Amino acid sequence: MDLEREKPGHPEWRLWVIVGAVVLCLAVSALIGRYPKPFLTSLSDLSDNELARSLLIHLRLPRILMAFLLGAVLSASGAAFQMIFRNPLVDSGFLGVSQGAAFGASLGIVYFGGTSLGVQASAAAFGFLGLAASYLIARRIRWGDWVFRLLLAGISIAALYSAGTGVIKYLADPHKELPDITFWLLGGLWSVTWPDFWQVLPVAALGLSVILLMRWRVNLLSMRDETAFSLGLRPGRERLFVLSAAVAATAVLVCKAGQVTWVGLIVPHIARRLVGADARRLVPASIFIGGIFVLVCDDLARAALSGEIPLGILTSLFGTAVFIALLSTRRLKLR
Amino acid sequence: MRIRGSRISVKELSFAYSETGPEVLRDVSFDITAGNICALLGPNGSGKTTLLNLVLGWLRPIGGRIELEGRDVAELSRREMSRVVGFVPQEEPAGFELSVLEYVLLGRAPYLSFLETPRPEDRRAAEAALEAAGIRKFRGRALTTLSAGEKQLAAIARVLAQDPMIFLLDEPMSHLDLANTQRVCWLIESLRDKGKTVVFTTHDPNVASASADSIIMLLKGKVVASGPVRETLNAENIRLTYGVEVEILDGNGRPVVVTRMRKRN
Repeated sequence: MDLEREKPGHPEWRLWVIVGAVVLCLAVSALIGRYPKPFLTSLSDLSDNELARSLLIHLRLPRILMAFLLGAVLSASGAAFQMIFRNPLVDSGFLGVSQGAAFGASLGIVYFGGTSLGVQASAAAFGFLGLAASYLIARRIRWGDWVFRLLLAGISIAALYSAGTGVIKYLADPHKELPDITFWLLGGLWSVTWPDFWQVLPVAALGLSVILLMRWRVNLLSMRDETAFSLGLRPGRERLFVLSAAVAATAVLVCKAGQVTWVGLIVPHIARRLVGADARRLVPASIFIGGIFVLVCDDLARAALSGEIPLGILTSLFGTAVFIALLSTRRLKLR
Repeated sequence: MRIRGSRISVKELSFAYSETGPEVLRDVSFDITAGNICALLGPNGSGKTTLLNLVLGWLRPIGGRIELEGRDVAELSRREMSRVVGFVPQEEPAGFELSVLEYVLLGRAPYLSFLETPRPEDRRAAEAALEAAGIRKFRGRALTTLSAGEKQLAAIARVLAQDPMIFLLDEPMSHLDLANTQRVCWLIESLRDKGKTVVFTTHDPNVASASADSIIMLLKGKVVASGPVRETLNAENIRLTYGVEVEILDGNGRPVVVTRMRKRN
């Protein structure tokens, strides 16, 4: 369908430019690193140096793909959340999922031996528990519409988990466990290998597919309940379905990557300015731009300094900078 | 079996928002024949919007039943209902910056399967609806930049694109200027001429008189009077409904309600 004429100033070719940028970013990222020499690996290095090639295939590639997937999932989920909640300041972590995962990871580090698997499993379990608790509490609130109730419940569960994480940090061994917790909370992809990538791919791809396939319906779900209902939808049920897909995909990635904040919040805003608010274009654009955003941040995280910079610090830094720039221009509308 | 008619029959309908709460509607019964424009008239809080939401199926009655062409609303599937009944709420939060055309296209949802996106014929239907509502020039503008009246026209265009048999419009003219009110009146009349039924709410007797064929007057969830406009809209019924003394003048065969101004005590 000819989308170009629907919204002057948001032509479809912009989406293709973004796709081109994705390919370019993936290719350049593969050449960025600190071995054999800092910043850029030349093609001749790759052909001559066996170790450089092996590094690229076994460490750099899975990490690049994971970074892209992380950005894509956080941003697409963020776009879906913002539309469904009719609120530009939410993302897929806020229904108790991010805070729940943080609490679970802290608990895993202090009480479950701190093994990678234990921490991830605990983060996933508490992330989903956060979502379930938000949902159950929202059902018990007797006033406000469904979206508002879920928002309130999500905020309270997140606050509860934050308090819990605080307690664990207070009780943690300040020399060993506390630094681990802090580092996990800052987020990063330094330990990612192929098995990690294959572990998260099914759920992440499923979540992304649901959001992508239902993207036009997400437009409908952003209308008020009665309107969506009058157009033949079962708004509560369909919203829950999309939100669950978004949260599941987010949760599996957050467990591997820690707290990578601001991506799901900012990227949909950037995408909206480039391709408009119709989720038919917004969701694919968010996927691509989110992928690029996290990929570039992760390139910096692993190559800018001799040590690893936590990814969450970079996404927050660039995210807030973009956010302030967006806020100070006239086009960010709260309604 | 798809419903092709537009007759609405409401029998002894009662509704309360919670089990322990007061009844918002009590024993409401009326019939609206197919191809009729019916105004639900009453003061604020008389249950007009609740009644529309019940006919829409969004709210479930605690007693009584609603039938469309003899079939109980509770028995109809969501998809079936969405092709029969269209609804325009009083106000629609403008989501994000969807363009007017993108918004009007949402009206085509009843004709698309779960994962389908609008097809060229849906686009044509949306364009025609924009034309009919007189807002074709706004098609590329973001919904968030429209005035309240323009948003109301966009919502009406959305329900036109939906092309149902029964139109439920909640205060459709509350934000419109004189010219656009007339446009919407004409639009409603043209829908009736095609055999569709239009039910709209208003608290202004003159709006009801200007565009409706019949009126149902509500007060505190009960029907005060119902019937053709000229029979129903009289000084006695208005006094019962609103508690004010009025005079009824004749405006080209339609009653015009003028309030008798009383000095404040």
